This record gives sequence, structure tokens and C-alpha cells, in this order.
Amino acid sequence: MALNVTIHRILRHRRFLNSANSTLHLTNTRCFSHAPSPSPSQSSKANDKDPHSGPSSLKDNELAKFAAISDTWWDSEGPFKPLHLMNPTRLAFIRSTLCRHFKRDPYSTRPFEGLKIVDVGCGGGILSEPLARLGATVTGVDAVEKNIKIARLHADLDPTTSTIEYCCTTAEKLVEEGRTFDAVMALEVIEHVANPEEFCKSLAALTNPDGATVVSTINRSMRAYATAIVAAEYILHWLPKGTHQWSTFLTPEELAMILHRAGINVEEMAGFVYNPLTGRWLLSDDISVNFIAFATKSQNAI
Amino acid sequence: MNRLVKRSVSNFFALKIPSKSLCTGVVKVPGSNVAEILNENEKKENTTSNSIQQYDIAIVGGGMVGMALASFLASMPMTKQLSVAIIDSNPALSGSMSIKKEDPPDPRVSTVTPATISFMKDAGAWKYVEQNRHAYFDKMQVWDYTGLGYARYNARDVNKDFLGCVAENKVLHSALLSCIQDSDFKRTIYPLRLNSMTLNRSSMSVVEENMSSRESSSAQGQCARLQLSDGNSIYAKLVVGADGGKSRVRELAGFKTTGWNYSQNAIICTVEHPSENRCAWQRFLPTGPIALLPIGDKFSNIVWTMSPTESNQRKSIAEEEFLKDVNSALDYGYGPHPTSSLSGTRDLFSWFQMDTTVSANESFEVPPKITKLVSERMVFPLSLRHANSYASKRVVLIGDAAHTVHPLAGQGVNLGFGDAYSLSRIIAEGIALGTDIGEVNLLKKYEAERKPANISMMAILESFQKAYSVDFGPFNILRAAAFHGANYIPPLKRTIISYASGEQNFPVFL
Repeated sequence: MALNVTIHRILRHRRFLNSANSTLHLTNTRCFSHAPSPSPSQSSKANDKDPHSGPSSLKDNELAKFAAISDTWWDSEGPFKPLHLMNPTRLAFIRSTLCRHFKRDPYSTRPFEGLKIVDVGCGGGILSEPLARLGATVTGVDAVEKNIKIARLHADLDPTTSTIEYCCTTAEKLVEEGRTFDAVMALEVIEHVANPEEFCKSLAALTNPDGATVVSTINRSMRAYATAIVAAEYILHWLPKGTHQWSTFLTPEELAMILHRAGINVEEMAGFVYNPLTGRWLLSDDISVNFIAFATKSQNAI
Repeated sequence: MNRLVKRSVSNFFALKIPSKSLCTGVVKVPGSNVAEILNENEKKENTTSNSIQQYDIAIVGGGMVGMALASFLASMPMTKQLSVAIIDSNPALSGSMSIKKEDPPDPRVSTVTPATISFMKDAGAWKYVEQNRHAYFDKMQVWDYTGLGYARYNARDVNKDFLGCVAENKVLHSALLSCIQDSDFKRTIYPLRLNSMTLNRSSMSVVEENMSSRESSSAQGQCARLQLSDGNSIYAKLVVGADGGKSRVRELAGFKTTGWNYSQNAIICTVEHPSENRCAWQRFLPTGPIALLPIGDKFSNIVWTMSPTESNQRKSIAEEEFLKDVNSALDYGYGPHPTSSLSGTRDLFSWFQMDTTVSANESFEVPPKITKLVSERMVFPLSLRHANSYASKRVVLIGDAAHTVHPLAGQGVNLGFGDAYSLSRIIAEGIALGTDIGEVNLLKKYEAERKPANISMMAILESFQKAYSVDFGPFNILRAAAFHGANYIPPLKRTIISYASGEQNFPVFL
């Protein structure tokens, strides 16, 4: 309880700082408290200017940011280079946790055969394609129309990835359509959504009973500020300036808490650490900057 | 670029809308230019049939290194289901070339290090080498013509049974081939040459080209297209250039190289001596090194480096005269035998006495007398060449295509096996994580693993070459002191042995 109160204060503080961006944030200041929060439809509709996206926890300015660079998704030397480099590391975590959870043969070349997986915020399909190669039946969704076009084009170049279903929609809309999946992926997405708690509820609703949810993001730590924003955006120019806003980041505790409230339990967490000498990312226990969480939905949860 | 994307987007929607109902209404397609593009492509692609074969990997060059890669891929659970095309016009690949044990050994041999042997054991190929002629050696003696320096190495210095093994290239090659034939590995051998290669650099420009054959439009987008010498083409997600020092793949992919030709040739041949040889011998002469490598029974292999004029002359002289030259080069020719007590360097290193190696107590030996030449004499020019990059999108170089080294110490093929092993592991890792195996980030991992190791070995071989191209008194003594250090300082000696065995990628103390 004490933890919740502290987190609430931190969140309220950061929401307040950030409120200049959007009036929506003011209505959300209490969303992590025990007091009843405003109903999801109310809060998100206020922000909904996109005619086809329906209720959404996304921010318009975030969408515009990604639309501007979506051409370069598959340029391994382009703006998404850090994501390309990090991708194998994310997949190593996903492969090991999902193989264990769904009792798949870890030596199989297609261990996810028969699993329905949704990649929320799929972008150009950097994660969706490897998941499809590993045998999964993949649905990739992204609110940026241009991303979906790029993803579709790229996936069609290879018969194993051409089976991916890409849709320009949101997690909320999929929930409305009543779709569910064995595993739900939301990697490097939650820091770009306006209402993380609503977003997590949608992720939970998309997850089958006994299914798995994997979420990765950046910690709201001083080290994350120094590395993910100052170093990556301003010094190394890995990411376009303004890609991330520190105040919108979640700490691992906050993420675990909001997932728990949505009915899914974090079972394993790992950090990604960049080795500047080899230029590679490694999985580690250090969750102070980038981290990934594997969570499951228990059968009795809804 | 924008225009390109727009065009390809419209192409895609023209084809895909019916099957993707969830996406309908997402985009308004200006369908006007679809037909036009299809027409363009129809003209362009009219000649190619729908039956163009598609592979995961095309290995260009089915020599030892290319076949090593194929057998490593065939032996791992992650990679054994890959479909592989091997492009090589060498008839040895298709027909089963029988190796007769009674035949005298072929002069083309390789000295394989313990590291290479363990790679081949992992793949299940080494047992076939052991069925044919091969020679393990547990001793090595290196000395020079000045009589000042010599070093002896013994496998027992590093608690091993052997330092390496010499086998004919055809034995190694057929062992790898048998190992692949044993497996249910899906490989297709094309007894052809590579004419040209089309790499689709940009994933978006690819789409246009794909529109040619509607049914299989998606199949070729992510692939390199290889045009073969019979006019047919194949597609592959990854093209491996294992086609040697004059690599066509390297040329077509536009990899630049750095290197030079030494104005030196090597004569190689097989010789016979009265008793069996268990030692690898190498003597540095002012004209270049001469090596005598055991190849089993009473046979040994000669690799002798010299100037092009000398090599041409020695190739054509009578057998007795050639044998006289060889025996003199391995014995008293050019200078005296070294003696261990000569310069007293032994005492200089006496502070290492507590930790001596077995071979430190062995004295200089004279190599066996050669009595007979049993093969033709073959002459090869020496050169050093290194590709500035080993990997780009969909293309990777291994073996001599990436680096051609001085044949000194027989390291060339071992570097190639190291490349093949490393690449096979990285492909397996990529498949485990669902990566496109032609992706440049994956292939760069292989480059990062092999390039520094290859460069340091090349630098060492190059400096040996340079050190012996100078004949100058004080320099000769320095060189001799280095020899003594290498012979009498145990940690240095062990490092040298384990580096030369391929167990260590860098010549550093650990």
C-alpha cells in the first residue's frame, strides 16, 4: 500500500509536468490511485481525433513522430538501427520465456508453431517477421497507417512472413472486435501511449486465459535519462531528437503494478545492456535502463 | 524513393487486398500505374520461367572451405533443414572420386590444427579422414640458415598428443563430402560457374521487380539472384563466397581488397625417405622458408619458397639434382647447424628453469634424408590479399575469398575452417531468433568475430616473411634471440603452440 501511494505521487508529479502537451493528462492524474478512475471510453474519446482508430490510448503527436520516419524501418543503418541491433536480444528473451510457458521444444526451428501472437505497435514489422519465422501466426497492429503499409510490403517479400496479418488499428479496437491471442507483445510501445493503465487493460483483454504478455520499455531512472535520451538522441544521434520523453517512462515496479491490476502477473523481468565495444545488446539482471517483462494471465482472471 | 514506395504500395494492394479483409479501407489506392508497371516487368522478365529454384543458402565454391560450411550446417539441429545450393564446376563434387590408399600422396596437402580437427569431429567428418592417409605429428622444429637460432616444439609441452595433422586436400575434401552424403541435408550441387549476381539492395525497389510473376511474386523479393553459366538462375537468401583467392562473388558484390604479390613462388611436391617422419620441419633460408611435412608412411611433403626464376629452374632440373638441392636446403646448405650452447642464451633464460617445457631439453636434429621424388613439382605464386569487408546484405565471404595468406605454417585452410565454423554458428543463432539469414547485422557479427583473428594471423605470417627477406648481421642475431626466446621461455612457447593450434584467436598471454 505504501508503495502504491509513493508511486501515485511520482506519477502525479510527472503527469503534471507533462500536462502542457495534452489536456488529457489532467484527467488522468489519478489513474493509478485506488479511487475510481474515469471510465476508459470517456478519457480516450476526448483525445480521439483519428477517424478510423476508435477509442485509443495513443497520443497524436507520437503518431506523427513515427509517420515521419516510417520509410526507414528496414534500413539497418537508418533511424531504427538501435531497434535492429536490440531485436535479437528481445527475441532471445521471448523465445526462452514462451518456450517454457507453452512447453515448446527449445531446439525446434519453429517453436511457436500454432501459437497466435499479436504484436501491438508493430511498426515496420521488425518483431512480427521473426515471430512468423519461428512459426507463430502473427497479427501486427499499428496506429500509423504508413507503418502498416511498409510492414505489409516488406513481409510480402518472403513467403514465410507473407502470412502475417497487418492491420492499421489499435489494441483497444482489437478488444472491441473480441479478438484474443495466445501471446501479446507490446515492445517499446508503452512509453508512447497516453494512458498506460488503459493500455495494459487492453493487453490483458487480448490475452487468452493461460496466455502470456510481454512488455518492454525504458525505465524512468537517471541512467535511462542519461543513456536513452541524452546519449542516444543528442550525442550519438541514434534516435531522432524527441523520440522519448523521460517523464512518460515507467519504472519496472509501476509496470508490474499496472499489469497486475489489469489481471496479468509479471513472472520474469530482464534488462538489456548495451556493450559499446562489441556494439551488441545483452540480456542482464540490470533493469535500470531498458527492460522487458514476461507476464502470464491466470485462468481465473478475466 | 517516395515515388518508388508509392508505386510499390499500389502494386501490393492490387494483389493483396482480397486476402487481407481487415486491412481494407485503410488505404486509397491510386491504381493507375499498376498496369504500367506490370507491363514493364512482363517485358523484362518474359524469359524467366516460374521454375526458378529458391534456396536458403547458395555456397559458391565447393572446395574444402565451402564443403566445411555445408557439413557444419548439416550437423546442427537449427541449420540442418536449410536448403543449400553448392555451385562449383569441379567434377569431384558430383562423381564419387575414389581415393586409393596405395597411390603416392598428392602434393596438395594441408596441415590441419587441433582446432580444425575438433570442428571436423563435431560435424562427423573426421572419421573419414582417419580412414585414408593422414599423419599426426607431435614435434616441430624451426630453425634458420645462420646457425644461430632454432626452436623445437613438442605436443607434450601443452599436454597434447599431437600438434597437428597433415592430410591431402582431396582426403579432407572427400571426407566432408561423405559426411554431407550421410546426412539428409537438402543440398543441390550445380556443376556450373557463377556468371553474375543481382543483389536487391533496397527492399522497396525489389517489390517492383517481383511483380513479374504474380504467383510467386513474394518468393524472390528477399533474395539474391545468381545467374549460372548454363543460362539458368537460382535465388538464395544468402550467398556465401567460398570461391577462393580470385573470388567471383567478391568481385560481383564489390568488396574491395588490400594486398600484394610477393615476388616469390612456392614449389610443392611429395618425397620419400627411408624411415617414417613424425615431425614437421621448417627452415628459414635467405630465399624463403622450406618445410618438410609428414604425410604418412615414408612420405613427406615439401613446400619450398623461392624467387620465380629459381622456382622455374628447379621445376625443370633432373630429379637427382632437385633432391640434392632439397637435402642441402634442409641440412648444411646456406649455413651451419645451430647448436644450443652456441650463444649461451640458454643461461640467459635460466630464471625460467623451474618451469621448463619438455622440448627445451631436446637438441637440434637433422631432418630425414630425401631419397626419392614421388610426385610432379608444382609451382604457385605467393600473394597476400585481404577483403576490406567480409559481409554485406545477403553476401558473405569465407576462406581464401576473404583472405589469402602466405602458405607458411599451413595456416590458410585453418583460417578458412575457422570462418566456416563461425559462420555456421552465427546462422544457427540467427535462425533460433527468427532472423532473416541474409540480414547484414547478423552477417556483420561473423565479420566481427573473424576479421581481427584473421588479420593478426596474416600480420604474423607477413612479419616472418619480412624478417627473412633481410640478411644483415645484427638483424640475424636479433632474429636468433627471438628464436631462443621462443624456445626457452615456457609461457611464450605454450602461447605460440596454442595460437598455432588454432585454440587461441590472438597471440596473447592469458
